[in-house]
Amino acid sequence: MSALTREETEALIKEVLEVYPEKAQKDRAKHLAVNDQSVEQSKKCITSNRKSLPGVMTIRGCAYAGSKGVVWGPIKDMIHISHGPVGCGQYSRAGRRNYYVGVTGVNTFGTMNFTSDFQEKDIVFGGDKKLAKIINEIEGLFPLHKGISVQSECPIGLIGDDIEAVSKKGAAELDKPVVPVRCEGFRGVSQSLGHHIANDSIRDWVFSRDGKDVKSEFVPGPYDVSIIGDYNIGGDAWSSRILLEEMGLRVVAQWSGDGTLAEIELTPKVKLNLIHCYRSMNYIARHMEEKYSIPWIEYNFFGPTKIAESLRAIAAHFDDKIKAGAEAVIAKYQPMVDAVIAKYRTRLEGKRVMLYVGGLRPRHVIGSYEDLGMEVVGTGYEFGHNDDYDRTIKEMGNATLLYDDVTGFEFEEFVKKVKPDLIGSGIKEKYIFQKMGVPFRQMHSWDYSGPYHGYDGFAIFARDMDMTINNPCWKILTPPWQKKPEAEAIAKAA
Amino acid sequence: MANIMIRRGAAGEYVFYLPKRDLEDTITSMEFDQADKWGGEIKLNNGGAYYVDPMPAPPKLPISVRARRMDAAE
Ligand code: SF4
Repeated sequence: MSALTREETEALIKEVLEVYPEKAQKDRAKHLAVNDQSVEQSKKCITSNRKSLPGVMTIRGCAYAGSKGVVWGPIKDMIHISHGPVGCGQYSRAGRRNYYVGVTGVNTFGTMNFTSDFQEKDIVFGGDKKLAKIINEIEGLFPLHKGISVQSECPIGLIGDDIEAVSKKGAAELDKPVVPVRCEGFRGVSQSLGHHIANDSIRDWVFSRDGKDVKSEFVPGPYDVSIIGDYNIGGDAWSSRILLEEMGLRVVAQWSGDGTLAEIELTPKVKLNLIHCYRSMNYIARHMEEKYSIPWIEYNFFGPTKIAESLRAIAAHFDDKIKAGAEAVIAKYQPMVDAVIAKYRTRLEGKRVMLYVGGLRPRHVIGSYEDLGMEVVGTGYEFGHNDDYDRTIKEMGNATLLYDDVTGFEFEEFVKKVKPDLIGSGIKEKYIFQKMGVPFRQMHSWDYSGPYHGYDGFAIFARDMDMTINNPCWKILTPPWQKKPEAEAIAKAA
Repeated sequence: MANIMIRRGAAGEYVFYLPKRDLEDTITSMEFDQADKWGGEIKLNNGGAYYVDPMPAPPKLPISVRARRMDAAE
């Protein structure tokens, strides 16, 4: 099927919206748009970061998910207490595949679940005593932890516990940071506010303690950088880090995939902050720019075209040695890139993709697909903001579909009409589309594969996409009794 | 009154940021942008306008300042 025209796409949106009652129709219409590259401001064509309508299926998470699951969780040598009932932490435990090195339960704690397991009496009488006890127990059982964060679940804010006071007292007793995070799930419209709250808590409780900046013996170098907003999903940060190191930079900190508390504390000493996931970590980058005069840039390590662009942009902030380093890295990996493209492009050329992911990948991965000759015909964010769509409009082709906080129904209808060759979204969407017979890749967790960042990641990305799209299983989805008689005859004759 | 942050974008333009609402936008015009006076009315690309008390000299950017909303964005 050839690409839809602008009119066809507009008609499609109208048709899909028709089933809603009038009020819902009006609201959802603002979140669906046809891309127009000439628009400077996304606000004119699409609304985002608004409360989801009750009754529609949304795919968003909560603020606790944004703080514990995304920002704080991967910091491996700290213990993150899911403060409240047991479910929030247990059902989200270790689901994001933030890889790390260390001995779990001894000096790293990434895949473990620590919770205060609230019962009725804690809700009635308050949980502060329990929290204080947990902090002491942790110190006794896991003496090698470097600090604790208290990730509030919904009830904490509702019953008015004073986790700040308990944390302060605990920090003084342990002589380690104890960070209270007010990321109760009901705050904000999605996990996005949780990222912001988590960033602010790093600013207030890690960068400075008792109003003073943290002291260290660290000797800064001229080529120090930090990787911010890379959660090392399937090893993403590792395949990014080697490229930066090969070009001559020193990576001081990884936020927060495979990251440590010490790295976070050292970040205010770097020369340049490199932001991969803008949506979840721009807040802290802005703060460091103002307070410590550290510039930041957004980069994109998906697909060779964007990698080369990003490496050059990063190098432009440094001297000629680094610039030459960047060119050397690009040249070194070119043969590998050529081989990957030669192998897979013919198998993937012209295939059409629809994406629906979180807050960054809906625009960042477009380059990877294009490098393989594929076309992204629809994209959307679960919890993006206006500035994300501003950045997306330029990346997407004209007349392609944009959908914000898409509902289960809308997404299915779009797929039925647009008929993409591949969908990239999350686990909640996966089985619906696979049952509809559409090839699907999870683009949150890389479908248990990865890394996809960097040159090494691109090779894996290309293999995975080929493996999914050209899998013979999609041709045998029609059960025998539904096969048309002619088809059978042909099959017999053959 | 709102807390806002003003910084320079990649192309040297002023960029406005409102942390409370995670709103980022380019500044299309600033009333006073000279060596001895900086601030005043700020116009945003999205149509909004804010007022920052003029400062005697251009500050080091980025800077967080209090601003009054004159014409709301969105
Ligand atoms: S919304 Fe509240 S109860 Fe639900 S997972 Fe988030 S913090 Fe837990």
